[in-house]
Amino acid sequence: MQWLQALRMAIKSISGNKMRSSLTMLGIIIGVSAVIIMASLVQGTTRQITERLQSMGTNMINVNIIGRGSTRTVTDADLFQFQQNNSAIIEAVAPVLNGNVTIKFGNRNISTNIEGTNEAYETVRNTKVQEGRFINALDVERRQKVVLIGSYIANELFGGLSPIGQEIKLNGDLFTVAGVLEVKSNSSAQSTDDKVIIPYTTAKRLLRNAAIRNFYIQAKTPDKVDDAMTVLQEFLYRIFNSNDAYRVFNQADMLDSINETTRTMTMMLGGIAGISLLVGGIGIMNIMLVSVTERTREIGIRKAIGAKRKSILGQFLIEAIVVSCMGGILGIIAGIAASSLIGKAMQIQAETSALIITISFGFSVLVGVFFGWYPANKASKLNAIEALRVE
Amino acid sequence: MIKIEDIYKTYKMGLTEVHALNGVSIEVEEKEFVAIAGPSGSGKSTLMNIIGCLDTPTSGKYFLDGKDVSRLKEDELSEIRNKKIGFIFQGFNLLPKLTALENVELPLIYLGIRGKERHRLAMEALEGVGLGDRIRHKPSELSGGQQQRVAIARALSTKPAIILADEPTGSLDSKTGAEIMKMLKDLNQSGKTIILITHDTGIASQAARMINIYDGKVLKESGVA
Ligand SMILES: Nc1ncnc2c1ncn2[C@@H]1O[C@H](COP(=O)(O)OP(=O)(O)O)[C@@H](O)[C@H]1O
Ligand SMILES: [Mg+2]
Repeated sequence: MQWLQALRMAIKSISGNKMRSSLTMLGIIIGVSAVIIMASLVQGTTRQITERLQSMGTNMINVNIIGRGSTRTVTDADLFQFQQNNSAIIEAVAPVLNGNVTIKFGNRNISTNIEGTNEAYETVRNTKVQEGRFINALDVERRQKVVLIGSYIANELFGGLSPIGQEIKLNGDLFTVAGVLEVKSNSSAQSTDDKVIIPYTTAKRLLRNAAIRNFYIQAKTPDKVDDAMTVLQEFLYRIFNSNDAYRVFNQADMLDSINETTRTMTMMLGGIAGISLLVGGIGIMNIMLVSVTERTREIGIRKAIGAKRKSILGQFLIEAIVVSCMGGILGIIAGIAASSLIGKAMQIQAETSALIITISFGFSVLVGVFFGWYPANKASKLNAIEALRVE
Repeated sequence: MIKIEDIYKTYKMGLTEVHALNGVSIEVEEKEFVAIAGPSGSGKSTLMNIIGCLDTPTSGKYFLDGKDVSRLKEDELSEIRNKKIGFIFQGFNLLPKLTALENVELPLIYLGIRGKERHRLAMEALEGVGLGDRIRHKPSELSGGQQQRVAIARALSTKPAIILADEPTGSLDSKTGAEIMKMLKDLNQSGKTIILITHDTGIASQAARMINIYDGKVLKESGVA
């Protein structure tokens, strides 16, 4: 029998029982859209993080002082000295003191992240000002109350006006706005544009915290990153006598660990999505078995007038595949729509690749073949005389 | 054309055996009109299933057009049914979701005839039974007599040499039954071999020859061969 004819028969029988067919499809729709949503969001997130990391420059090393297992510590002064001693491979050190502040300007209050750092931050973290000036060595030395504000803060507090030279209060202390930072993400709340930067010497007092635990260190060139890592680790080990007291990692390490994380995430989510596809497939099998029983007499008639086993098998198999393919297509559409909606809500640029669409569509076809085979085979083996006797 | 030699059919029901056919031998010539008659349970349907290649005998031989078909496989029998035999059942056995035309096209689909040619052959068969104006009707939208005529059109669509009719008038009133019988006689006139199965000797006597079956055996034959 021709495929086209079998396809027409299948579509006829599917549309003859719309309610049941759509319920059967639902399992596949949910499974496929789950695959699409998860893959799109994971891919989108990975891309965002990777881009952000790469924008920071490839020769950056991050040092985290944890202090665990040791009573000793490392100060900013120690690290500046270390830089002086290794100036052939280490370009600059930017200490970062993190915290939260409340900004007050006029009658407006905003809570935001604050970073206390030095002039090296500009190159080490590849962070520029779009207006005004960056903090300089003198600001740091004299503990000046100057502040750089992120684009989100600038928009919120000053609207279209220039904030340069304006005075704002950070936790009650008066600071002068020296510059506005360049847009790093999308100028929205909770993004990297929602922050302020002040000299770290000033930050120690403002945040009442003298221990800096976070340092960004720039190697002279990208190919000196490994050497810099080695001397840094030796330097830190000599101080702490323990590997647990600090962590040193570079861009490449971070990218690796992010890729590792997303790979595990993809596999886990893929597994969950796969299980829902499996459940959808079992739904198809279940309905097909019911359908074969209900249509026993039809099968008997078809056989009596000359249908061979493979015609009956083909008819039911194609029916199962058509159901799962339609479910697959609807699932892809639903998945793309849902992932862009969820992405908007979560501020992730969802990315649905052609590969994922192909894979999930292929899977739904496979599910149809796999779970349709048994009922179709059962139908094809029915005895014509007995089938004709069934009412 | 049909030559059955000493056929037995035994059904096993648990420990007991039911001998539905006990050594039946029959010959049917081309273009004959034969009735197989007998009371209920005598083995008529079993015999028809074997003649119609829906079933194979437990023992004995069945030659159809000179070829032994008593030991063929399921799919080979399907092909023979499709090409050589047209069935007419008591309960019509039309597919309820298909239109008259689609029902008639079905055997042609399995024969592998495509598009326009298939449509033409199906239309020809439906017009032959006087239903050229009812092709878009579903079985439920037709009367019993019309449904049986669709079934006849379906049996004729692949132009088989043999028509097997199992109680074709059983579900019809006597007037429509007579119309169907007239149709079978006309078909026989036009050259088809007709085998009619019935428990009604009044109907059976309208055939040129009558074979009486009782308890799975041929009791007597009457008429001209
Ligand atoms: N599939 C079967 N299994 C067991 N016994 C059967 C089967 N088919 C028919 N029989 C038995 O064989 C005998 C002949 O049946 P059948 O050919 O249907 O008779 P008829 O059509 O003349 O009424 C009956 O006794 C019936 O019970
Ligand atoms: Mg019977």
